[in-house]
Amino acid sequence: MPMLQFTLEVIKLDDIFFDKRTLELKYQIPLGKIGEFFRGLENGKIMATKCIECGEIYFPPQTNCPECPNSGVEWIELSGEAILETYTIINVKPTSFSKYPDYVVAIGKLKEGVKVLSWLNIDDQKKIRIGMKIFLRVVKREEDYYTYEFFPE
Amino acid sequence: MKRVAIVGIGHSKFGKRMDVTINELAWEAVKQALDDSGLSQKDIDFYSVGNLGFWSEELLPAVTIGEYCGLRAGSLKTEAACASGSAAIKVAYDSVLSGNSKIAMAIGVEKMYDSPNPTIIELIGRAGNYFWEFENFGLTFPGYYALYATRYLHEFNAKEEDLCLASIKAHHYGSLNPYAQFQKEITMEDCIKARYIAWPLKLYDSSPITDGAAAIILASEDIAKKISDTPVYIDSQGYATGSANLSRRDDFTGLEASRRAAAIAYKNAKIESPRSSFDLFEVHDCFSIAEVMAYEDLGIAERGKGIELLRENQTYHDGRYPVNVDGGLKAKGHPIGATGVSMAVEITKQLRNEAERGRQVEIRKGRAISHNVGGTGHYAYVTIYSRGD
Ligand SMILES: [Zn+2]
Repeated sequence: MPMLQFTLEVIKLDDIFFDKRTLELKYQIPLGKIGEFFRGLENGKIMATKCIECGEIYFPPQTNCPECPNSGVEWIELSGEAILETYTIINVKPTSFSKYPDYVVAIGKLKEGVKVLSWLNIDDQKKIRIGMKIFLRVVKREEDYYTYEFFPE
Repeated sequence: MKRVAIVGIGHSKFGKRMDVTINELAWEAVKQALDDSGLSQKDIDFYSVGNLGFWSEELLPAVTIGEYCGLRAGSLKTEAACASGSAAIKVAYDSVLSGNSKIAMAIGVEKMYDSPNPTIIELIGRAGNYFWEFENFGLTFPGYYALYATRYLHEFNAKEEDLCLASIKAHHYGSLNPYAQFQKEITMEDCIKARYIAWPLKLYDSSPITDGAAAIILASEDIAKKISDTPVYIDSQGYATGSANLSRRDDFTGLEASRRAAAIAYKNAKIESPRSSFDLFEVHDCFSIAEVMAYEDLGIAERGKGIELLRENQTYHDGRYPVNVDGGLKAKGHPIGATGVSMAVEITKQLRNEAERGRQVEIRKGRAISHNVGGTGHYAYVTIYSRGD
């Protein structure tokens, strides 16, 4: 391939067409099959599914066990007791999260063996240590809906 | 088994390319690949276009690029996130391997700057499981890899300075690659003092937003030697898919999908010792931590020892394991769908001894490997190439 020297022209704003059409994307996500999970949140519970046949626990919950195609699942409440496996602090945030101060995203391993990814709600981020005990609790967000976050024990 | 060879390569300048549309950008690579092979559009029996899209305006890039470039054979767009380019190579390779095509082209292209920066951050943060990771917790793409970096640094007593060694190397080679987005060296001080984007990852730990295109032409062995004096063969490709939710990963110090893809590629190419088999490694260093994990996932360093290769400068072009001597994703740039094809172009150039001064590796084994990851180990493609002499 020939060696090239590039001199890209400086682009004037006039050379760019600013789209006159806007596409707003806001999905309608059908979560009815795991409605039990959301009803659980309203009652302060964090629910997972468990395969009746093989006992595998699913979080995020799903109502089919791919290993046991003919089995059903049952709903179980998670203890919330967890150990912090890893975390990060999101400094450059998506626009849709720009109103929040820099937040901690953590992955904790629950007593039941499943792992959960969520925010770690802690006053002093310097006190976070891998291996520390954390607790998963239901929270109400300012957008007026329920979700879950880790808290230090 | 019949073999398939790369007989033509093309590569656009990577960077902020607001001087061209996605079609014009793809043409830069397509034209070079046709010129390089001496073939014309009518010789192409099939083509694929690796592209993630969303930030650029065309929904059907394989079609718009085909029209612009005069390609009329059957085609499709491939999506495997940041490994979409390797997925494009996969389908073009399979098409030739199966005998359905004699000659096929794999194009990779991404036009990210057609959207403003916040839109890109918003979109790329969704490259995992949308509802369970993004909707509620606003994870970003650097955030995904930062989860790995935190655990890796903790478990193996490494420092942020160690990760910077990968970024310094990337920018060194970017400065020697005329196609790279960043062509200036950086110092440890530049790297360590840069602002955090997703703690513990900082600005220079991250690959940039990039526009770019690359193309390769593949031909069956029986005609490859008639087209090119220096065909480069694809010996094998291994691929694997990891879990969408990071919470379903066993550990956060390596990418399980990468390890599985590598094992398949090694087995099919009969590679027993990855440490003594390759002249060059093109690895998916979208973040500094990703490069370190790639050393380990490909088996050139033991678990937890990847950092030592950096500390000992063993992955420079004159080291034991030359890695990303084109600047890698961090300095050459990372136009998502183009990256896998760009890796194939770089490997072909190196195996032909045509790389620019200061970054040509010594070709002794005649074999090289690419490691292209989509998302955070969501997709993994490992491809092994050889001169076949
Ligand atoms: Zn089951």
